Amino acid sequence: MLEIKHLKLTLNGNPLINELNLEVKEGKIHGLLGVNGAGKTSLANLIMGTTYPDEGSIIFEEQDITRCTISERANMGITLAWQEPARFEGLSIREYLSLDRNLSLSEAENYLWTVGIPPGEYLNRAVDGSLSGGERKRVELASVLAMKPKVAILDEPDSGIDVVSLPHIMNGIVEMGKRGSAVLLITHNEGAVSISEEVSIICAGKIINSGPPQEMCQWFKNNCQTCPHIGEPNYNGV
Amino acid sequence: MLVVKEYEAMIEAYGKAGGNLNALTNNEVGNLLIHKNRVLRANGVEGIRVETEETETGVKVHFLMEEGMKIEHPVHLCFGVLPKDGLQDITLKIEAQADSEVAMVAHCIFPNAVDVTHKMDAAIKIGDNAKFSYHETHYHGEFGGIKVIPKARIEVGRKGVWESTFSLIQGRVGVLDYDFEIFGDEKSINELMVKVFGKEEDDISIVEKIHLNGRGARGLAKSRLVLNDNAKAMVRGETYGNAPFARGHVDCLEIVNGDGVIARAIPLVYVNNKQAKVTHEAAIGSIDKKQMQTLMARGLNEEAAVDVIVKGILR
Repeated sequence: MLEIKHLKLTLNGNPLINELNLEVKEGKIHGLLGVNGAGKTSLANLIMGTTYPDEGSIIFEEQDITRCTISERANMGITLAWQEPARFEGLSIREYLSLDRNLSLSEAENYLWTVGIPPGEYLNRAVDGSLSGGERKRVELASVLAMKPKVAILDEPDSGIDVVSLPHIMNGIVEMGKRGSAVLLITHNEGAVSISEEVSIICAGKIINSGPPQEMCQWFKNNCQTCPHIGEPNYNGV
Repeated sequence: MLVVKEYEAMIEAYGKAGGNLNALTNNEVGNLLIHKNRVLRANGVEGIRVETEETETGVKVHFLMEEGMKIEHPVHLCFGVLPKDGLQDITLKIEAQADSEVAMVAHCIFPNAVDVTHKMDAAIKIGDNAKFSYHETHYHGEFGGIKVIPKARIEVGRKGVWESTFSLIQGRVGVLDYDFEIFGDEKSINELMVKVFGKEEDDISIVEKIHLNGRGARGLAKSRLVLNDNAKAMVRGETYGNAPFARGHVDCLEIVNGDGVIARAIPLVYVNNKQAKVTHEAAIGSIDKKQMQTLMARGLNEEAAVDVIVKGILR
């Protein structure tokens, strides 16, 4: 469904994404595991189109979308939940879930319940700084659910949140998969990718291993978390 | 214009501007309707006395909220000038006596202004433990030929509450010279909010001053502006912490959304008591990139995303 081929992105001569290849299959949750600085967020931004690659291509449903705008990709069915979601003064949660879609009240309520947020208390609250980090991330996930995307890129949905929010977030991701969306679940936490069907490990801007979750989690623990090269400039991940 | 026709025209304009027609014409609700210098309707209710005096260029209005009276329904005010030109000079005196509680909703309507000036000079006194909210919304036409000059000096007594919103987001602003100043006594709550959407050659000046003179007084001077085209704006938010445990905050956000826009903000925080604290935040810039990208990632195009963000800020 989503194929990333030989993707390259450099910043000031340093490779952020380096000959990266990855395939996300229809209706599957694909975990992308990597330590800080491995290139996870850069890849998410490239797939969503907030930045364009120097080389390589992004193919979605057999169409080259490498140079498409963010809106064009979104209207094809791709969306992204950022690691630090934006906050919007004066925009209610209900409006944020709906935007230009005609979302009924019961649909909006359903999406909030899916991420463990009681709609009665929250639907009319603003998506602003009054929400906690965990609440904001859950609302973000609900807004992704409301879009019924073909592919959802979730950038570290499990990071920086409270213990109450975490199970609701994971439940929301599983539900997203059940409803037919493919998910690219980006995280540095090997525990989070246990809900994936397949896991890839990213290091220094390239995929260095892929396989079943259990196997990849163990591999990640053994190799990446103890890797002495993390943070070294120009480390190529080999 | 005959009085009856004037009344009907103002009522129609008020309805078009989104005003609550039932409230403005209801004898059970306090209301006041003024066109230019003519009082078309003035209705007090139990607990509120309204006196008016027409002058050559406007109207002098005196509201008295009686001690201890809690007014159930908001008082509705409507000021306007319907012709293309004219001057409306409103002198407003408000006294909310101790323990009274009332909300006022004002609509100011200038749909055809080419050369109109609307001035309001208000002297407002909020008694001890009284609660007063004042929300003023303007509806202007598209010609930009209007000057709006609202000035208010507000004294808020011990444990009194003043909350006001001034909103000018429909039609052209023209020239706006807003100047509100509050003096808050012990444990009073003093909040000013201004929301303005400037376009084309609009020229906006906003001054919000809060003097926290009583122990434990609290204040917030908040402004939200969106500026398109060649609009100019200057915002001065000033808060003075003059007493122990006074807490104040100045919060200004100006969104610059046009090549010819000039946006300025001068926050002033002043403290002369070691137990007072006043903070400020002022941000001027284009529409937040991350907000834009987020909305576009949900399928909105760039224009629709800007619209959602701007409407939210000015809400």
